[in-house]
Amino acid sequence: MSKVIKNLKQFSTSAERFEGANDMCPGCAHTIIVREVLNATDDDLVIATSTGCLEVCTAKYPTTAWDTSWLHIGFENSSTGIACAETMYNVLEKKGRLRNPDGKKPKFVAFGGDGATYDIGFQWISGCFERGHDFTYICLDNEVYANTGGQRSSSTPLGSSTTTSPAGRVSYGEKLFKKDIVQIMADHGSPYVAQAAPNQWKDMVKKVQKAFDTEGPTFLNMASACTTEWKFPIDKCMSVSDVAVDSLAFPLYEIENGKLSITYRPKKIIPIRDYLGVQGRFKHLFKKENEHLIDVWQKHIDEQWLKLQRREEFDHSF
Amino acid sequence: MADKMELHDVEVWDGNMAFAQALRQVQVDVVAAYPITPSTPTVQNYSSFVADGYVDGEFVMVESEHAAMSGCVGASAAGGRVATATSSQGLALMVEVLYQASGMRLPIVLGLVNRALAAPLNVNGDHSDMYLTRDSGWISLCSYNPQEAYDLMLMGFKIGENHGVRLPVIVNQDGFICSHTAQNVKPLSDDDAYAFVGEFQPKNDMLNLKKPVSYGVQTEEDWHFEHKAQQHNDLMKSSAVIKEVFAEFKEKTGREYNLVESYMMDDADVAIVALGTTVESAQISAKEMRAKGIKAGVVAIRVLRPFPFDEVAEALKDVKAVACMDRSAPGGTVGMLYNEVCGALFHTDNKPVVLNYIYGLGGRDLLVSHIEEVYADLDASAKAGKATVPVQQFLGLRGPKLSFF
Repeated sequence: MSKVIKNLKQFSTSAERFEGANDMCPGCAHTIIVREVLNATDDDLVIATSTGCLEVCTAKYPTTAWDTSWLHIGFENSSTGIACAETMYNVLEKKGRLRNPDGKKPKFVAFGGDGATYDIGFQWISGCFERGHDFTYICLDNEVYANTGGQRSSSTPLGSSTTTSPAGRVSYGEKLFKKDIVQIMADHGSPYVAQAAPNQWKDMVKKVQKAFDTEGPTFLNMASACTTEWKFPIDKCMSVSDVAVDSLAFPLYEIENGKLSITYRPKKIIPIRDYLGVQGRFKHLFKKENEHLIDVWQKHIDEQWLKLQRREEFDHSF
Repeated sequence: MADKMELHDVEVWDGNMAFAQALRQVQVDVVAAYPITPSTPTVQNYSSFVADGYVDGEFVMVESEHAAMSGCVGASAAGGRVATATSSQGLALMVEVLYQASGMRLPIVLGLVNRALAAPLNVNGDHSDMYLTRDSGWISLCSYNPQEAYDLMLMGFKIGENHGVRLPVIVNQDGFICSHTAQNVKPLSDDDAYAFVGEFQPKNDMLNLKKPVSYGVQTEEDWHFEHKAQQHNDLMKSSAVIKEVFAEFKEKTGREYNLVESYMMDDADVAIVALGTTVESAQISAKEMRAKGIKAGVVAIRVLRPFPFDEVAEALKDVKAVACMDRSAPGGTVGMLYNEVCGALFHTDNKPVVLNYIYGLGGRDLLVSHIEEVYADLDASAKAGKATVPVQQFLGLRGPKLSFF
């Protein structure tokens, strides 16, 4: 059963299984998201983390920030690692060899960045979802390989200047819009996939709890603002997240058994220009020769939002 | 509860069936595997056992060998008996995770049916995949026939899962010549096999939820060296446990295993050092050479890792000439066996002539006549007191002779 969370104060002072004493950048959304995820349940957790910021900054021998069982194998395989840990749980339960049998199955969770999820680990995730392991995969999507110094991933959006798609004299940076990972995972037949953002914490917690309580492979894509690579001041993580959500750069929605529902509609939709404008990675788009790309961005966002609304309407029409 | 299988005193099994039966008898908790020739029948046979109710554990048919070993690591860290099987390209794909498994001290057992590595693509047997594992921190055991594949697979679990060892174990057998050739195998009964290996005893298991553990953490220049040194130390020390398990197995079955196996070595002047099915061919050839008056012997490496440095030196202490048979493309140097045997001999008083033969790549047959050529070279070198042929020769190669050094 899901934990009942009444308000932000109670939520922020819940028992911690992820210590704040870690090496993550000040102003990073990853740690906020991970705390929200872990605080969403009182159940036991078994966690795997792909190589990336979260992994290298939270488990450096002889310290660990995790007060849960935790596994890191490689960049690409946290999904398969945790999925087969879940398989082992089922076998030991069947054989009566669990150490502390209390009838309550722990939550099996894998974390990965967008590099680990959209790119290098995609095959492993796809395999796990096809086979139907009972676990939750959470992508901390900061749209760049942040841990290794800001290289582009297939989540990096149009015009973003990264260290491998830098804006230069003849380039405006990344040439493509990001991969639609949420839809791709829904198309695997997952019973629950969603996109969430830490600033909309109630929405996020609800989605985490739904993902945990749904049997089978569930997927969450978390908008994770990166102070270092998105280039904004460290005290602006939540306000940048607000603009990300309210400009619909990260629309919040879920797909439950194939049925899409928008879970948050901004009261006032903010122009994408205002989202791009608060981040150094898009600074060059405001030069005269690149400014047309802001219109391309806005058109793309408008189309995506329209598509989501039409899809929601259709999914709920029968 | 899984059904028991009634087995005959003598079964006719190929090497893959021998592997699969051993996996069934020890009741592996999680097998995560991906099919690849020539190890595919190990996985297929095992999945039939699952389908027919002979296995209580889970069989996870993953989407690649990398995922197979990744799944094995997750399942093993969770705390239970774990195994997989593969060959060649599959092994190459899982190499990254082999190092993770040994570094995390997870006693996974891998049945490795040896096959050539591409390019050019080739499905037949040689030892290039076995050689690829040699620095991976796994214990590596070598069998020459289905009986040994079965025996070593059983013993592999008992060795790796020993709390003084806690290291993963590879059991090698030759692709096709062993894996697909049905031979007589004397199995243990299901009860005896399970009792011999024993119930899995977890340690630092992730599913001990009251005592959370972190697996696979970061260590940089301050701690990495100490971790790898400790891992190497424990791998080196595992030979004591391997010997204990071999002894216990002999007591139970009468079948004897040693870190290094010696055949006709008591009075041998010349010896072949080999791995895999070649060991049996060499024995036949050695007997024929003895009929011709050449005191020939065979030394076989049973435990490739930890390498039995002292035992190899001991086995070769009285010979005048040695041929190291490497069934893997040496990639610009002498073969691995040549290097390691020379290393073992270098610190002894005996300084025999040591020759290196590269043979059997991609499943090329090694004929008794080829081995007789080797013994003839050894005999001539032994009599001359120096190498009468180049140090490295390619044996059984078509076209002009190829040799180096």
